[in-house]
Amino acid sequence: MLNTKLRKVDIIFSPYSIEPYDILKLTIKKNKEKVIQDIIDSGLRGRGGAGFPTGMKWKFAQQQESKTKYVICNADEGEPGTFKDRKLLVEVPRKVISGMAICAWAVGASKGVIYLRREYRYLINDLNKEIEIYNQNAKEIGLDFSIEIFLGAGAYICGEETALIESMEGKRGEPRNKPPYPIQKGYLGFPTIVNNVETFASATMVCRIGSDEYKKLGTDDQKGSKLFSISGDSPKEGVHELELGMTLKQFVDEFGDGDTKAVQIGGVAGFCVPRKQFDTAIIGEGNTTGGSTMIFNSSRSMYHVLHNYLDFYAEESCGQCTPCRIGTQQLLKGIEAVKSGIRPASYLDQLIKLAETMQITSKCGLGQSVTNSFTSIVKNFREEMIY
Amino acid sequence: MAEVKELVKKLVEKHGRERQNLIPILQGIHLENNFLSKEAMLEVAKQLDIASAEVYGTASFYSFLDTEADGKYKIRVCKSITCDMKGKNEILKTMEDMLRIKVGETTEGKRFSLIETNCIGLCDKGPAMLINDEYYTELTPSKVRKILGDYIRNEY
Amino acid sequence: MADKINLIIDGIEVSVEKGKSILDAAKQIDIRIPTLCHHEDLCVAGNCRVCVVEQEGRNNLIPSCATPAENGMKIKTSTPKIRRARKDIMALLVSEHNTQCTTCYRSTNCELQDLAAEYNVDNNVYLSVLKPNLKIDKSSWSIEKDDSKCIRCQRCVRTCAELQHVNALAVTERGSEMKISTFMHLPMNEIVCTNCGQCITHCPTGALTERRYYDEIWEAIDNPEKHVVINTAPSVRVALGEMLGYPAGTRVTGKMVTALKKMGFDSVLDTDFTADLTIMEEGTELLTRLKEVLVDKKDIALPMITSCSPGWVKFIEHMYPEHLAHLSTCKSPQQMFGALAKTYYAEQKGIDPKNIVSVAGMPCAAKKYEANRSEMRDSGYQDVDAGLTTREIGHMIKQAGLDFPELEDGDFDSIMGESTGAGVIFGATGGVMEAALRTAYFLITGRPVPFDNLNITPVRGLEGIKETSIKFENCLPEFSFLEGVEAKFAIAHGLINARKIMDQIADGKSPYHFIEIMACPGGCIGGGGQPIPTNDAIRKKRIEAIYAEDMGKPIRMSHENPEIAKIYKEFLGKPLGEKSHHLLHTKYRKRKRY
Repeated sequence: MLNTKLRKVDIIFSPYSIEPYDILKLTIKKNKEKVIQDIIDSGLRGRGGAGFPTGMKWKFAQQQESKTKYVICNADEGEPGTFKDRKLLVEVPRKVISGMAICAWAVGASKGVIYLRREYRYLINDLNKEIEIYNQNAKEIGLDFSIEIFLGAGAYICGEETALIESMEGKRGEPRNKPPYPIQKGYLGFPTIVNNVETFASATMVCRIGSDEYKKLGTDDQKGSKLFSISGDSPKEGVHELELGMTLKQFVDEFGDGDTKAVQIGGVAGFCVPRKQFDTAIIGEGNTTGGSTMIFNSSRSMYHVLHNYLDFYAEESCGQCTPCRIGTQQLLKGIEAVKSGIRPASYLDQLIKLAETMQITSKCGLGQSVTNSFTSIVKNFREEMIY
Repeated sequence: MAEVKELVKKLVEKHGRERQNLIPILQGIHLENNFLSKEAMLEVAKQLDIASAEVYGTASFYSFLDTEADGKYKIRVCKSITCDMKGKNEILKTMEDMLRIKVGETTEGKRFSLIETNCIGLCDKGPAMLINDEYYTELTPSKVRKILGDYIRNEY
Repeated sequence: MADKINLIIDGIEVSVEKGKSILDAAKQIDIRIPTLCHHEDLCVAGNCRVCVVEQEGRNNLIPSCATPAENGMKIKTSTPKIRRARKDIMALLVSEHNTQCTTCYRSTNCELQDLAAEYNVDNNVYLSVLKPNLKIDKSSWSIEKDDSKCIRCQRCVRTCAELQHVNALAVTERGSEMKISTFMHLPMNEIVCTNCGQCITHCPTGALTERRYYDEIWEAIDNPEKHVVINTAPSVRVALGEMLGYPAGTRVTGKMVTALKKMGFDSVLDTDFTADLTIMEEGTELLTRLKEVLVDKKDIALPMITSCSPGWVKFIEHMYPEHLAHLSTCKSPQQMFGALAKTYYAEQKGIDPKNIVSVAGMPCAAKKYEANRSEMRDSGYQDVDAGLTTREIGHMIKQAGLDFPELEDGDFDSIMGESTGAGVIFGATGGVMEAALRTAYFLITGRPVPFDNLNITPVRGLEGIKETSIKFENCLPEFSFLEGVEAKFAIAHGLINARKIMDQIADGKSPYHFIEIMACPGGCIGGGGQPIPTNDAIRKKRIEAIYAEDMGKPIRMSHENPEIAKIYKEFLGKPLGEKSHHLLHTKYRKRKRY
């Protein structure tokens, strides 16, 4: 089912008509199971990119028997083309913190951490002030859940939840083998919920407006609204909240510069959709829900774009698993070799197969998703790779 | 040397001796000394009772933990695709000319280091950069000349 | 009660204990899944991705080593999809690898080479991403590190951390720059490395190898002016066969001696002789310490700890420098041998010690380092000129063109070739303790140690820390101070276990009088110089062979070795005497812990 038109919404950034901590206060008077069920019913999915149903995650975490549980807000926003979390932390931090607190209350966690990417260190003072205000509120309403900030040290891979946990434990940010999942064994071995900044803010708003209201937005597959970080060849760069379920055509008509050639959805980990697929492609279906949308007009070289992505991957791979560490280097060297004529154009097909191998064998989402952008660019812009 | 030990001791007292405090401790040292010296890392290893190779292995994983001394002002120009599209190279060229160094180098006297960095989350306002923890957006060569000129004249 | 998990692998139902991996389950039904980063001694890493398998209902493949078996799983281990993926991964590893296999020390004993051949990997599918200008680190006397051969499986890192708790090696940098390195990339001789060589025996490729000295030794053999003596350690004879086509646990003592003689060594002697001598010296030292503590009430460090294992010695020097007084002052059998080869042996044989080249054939990497310690020159020369590993000896036998299986058994030369079963068992964890107790008990009470056939079974086996105690009753008058004393003993192998023992000592809570510590898991039979692979199954076989060798010896207590009596009579005087003190004992140094 498609939306008939692109619809801008204003839930997440709407001014505080009711104080987020009042939402928190009201919510924790309810039944925990009911609140979790409400989140499940709302259809809210993780807004970091992987799109796991948020309510289910909370439910699993609630079921874990442990005196200590952690709630971590993943503010390691590193996906190229994404900046919505920064805006959330600047403009509506209380919605984020309130979401964390509701989650902690519902699953029985008493410790919370905001993992803030190092590049956003300039946000730390204001955030700490907000945390103080929250702590005051928590005390008043008798909620035993405290929040601290953990500052990252500069590594894209730490956005992956198990790498993030490793990093918090003072180690290299290398993703873990799963299972066990963080909700079973996370930070310091305790059940841990890791959710994206926007997910927490959205959860607060689900509690505010109720799941019925929330799921009226969007489509059967994708419920609610979503923040989109829009950059590139667009006169309207910035963060926009849109109802889910729109086609790329609707999106490009609104945000493109009239000469849009391709849109990268979901950051470099996502897909590059060429103009000929704008009519049929639906944002968030078969691509990712992180919300990064980078718009390229016809002046852009897609070889250059892909080269830029692969360079990024070769640097940001943690390096532990073979397909990702070496595969990213091979893809980068490979397209260079084709471009310069060292390898024939048919080598691109070999590289597409390699990207598939990386997808099915890599340890974590980083290596697994390289094929998304690689294959969609090489297949759709093959001639640009060669000449 | 003695100062480093004192600093590490202070940070360890503040954060604690458990392994999970390693990164905050390293960041604390970095904030004071602008990099992690050999002595500092050895002292951290000693205080937390973990192998020095582990300390180094962890530090070298992260791009904001330097294990070699470089510029007092570290200029990180975003090289991710949208900043690149909006003229990152021109920005770099302007700074290279002003600082008389190439990307990846540090000026004599270690005042400025110029490096490229991956996405810093300012894609809607590219090209963007960080100078230490300050961010600068929608850069143009003339804007860069002004910003960097101010730094060079040490107004910051 | 352990829950059982039932799953289906390649159509076969299999039932395993909860917590077992798919790889374990497959092994149970004799399905072999290729692995590289997996080693049964180590924790699971799941990073090479060679062991991927298909699970019904999932598109992505899963690593069989890192995925716990779950009820109802349907797994396939060999499908076109899996084979393609594995081959691709191997091709990637090869593209990052220095593929000059013809000149690699580990050629034909390399897990990557085997798998690449097995999967018929085309070296030219991908472009080479081998980093240019990688230099081989030859700074250490014991270990060579060649990053161009490294596949980043991290087995060495896990070995150094989990088995040895040294953490000299770590993963550094990230992405395409990720490598296995040291603190600030310092050379191997400047770091907290014990030279134990366990990283070598756990390395699947030629990235970590021992420094080889056989060219120098051939040169000495070929030099008519030089008298080249070799002494071989007990655990070499039970493992060397593995280098030459025999199954693990085969004793090849006689053939080894013949081979070494045929290769041109002027004299083939037995380290077991100085093992027996160690028992005399160390046993006397222990009894002296006990007397000083119990009778003279002196403040002497107890427990006393063995000092045969040079990896262990360097470990305590780095990690517990304030507790060095616990270490026996006895040199290791290798170094006692070296000091005597250029004094006693030279004197008896009428050879100018400057023309003697003393070689030690050892199961060990650290012995190479030990030979080069500046303390080890009490003969007036470097006591031991070179140490060879079991692996190097195997290679030299091949280089000499000998048809090893066809060789007749030979006997060690004399003097310093006679040994006892007590000397032999030094090769297995618990062996030094057992040998010491056999002699000490006899010396103290005049009776054999009260175990069947002298076999002190509580000190044997692969448990990380073993304990036993013996009560001394009806002591001879000279040892009446031990009457009724229940002496406590502990044995540890693998440095992680050594650390547990030392932490106890550091806390002042050690209940023991005497402790045996060996750096390597299993003791010397699992040494860093032993044939690759080494794992628990192989360790057990080598240990069985050691005890079989012991049982086959007519004399099984060190003090009964006739050559031992002779050397004290003719040369050394008495244990801990002046000459012994000068030649057979040493000092230790404090080193940095971090």
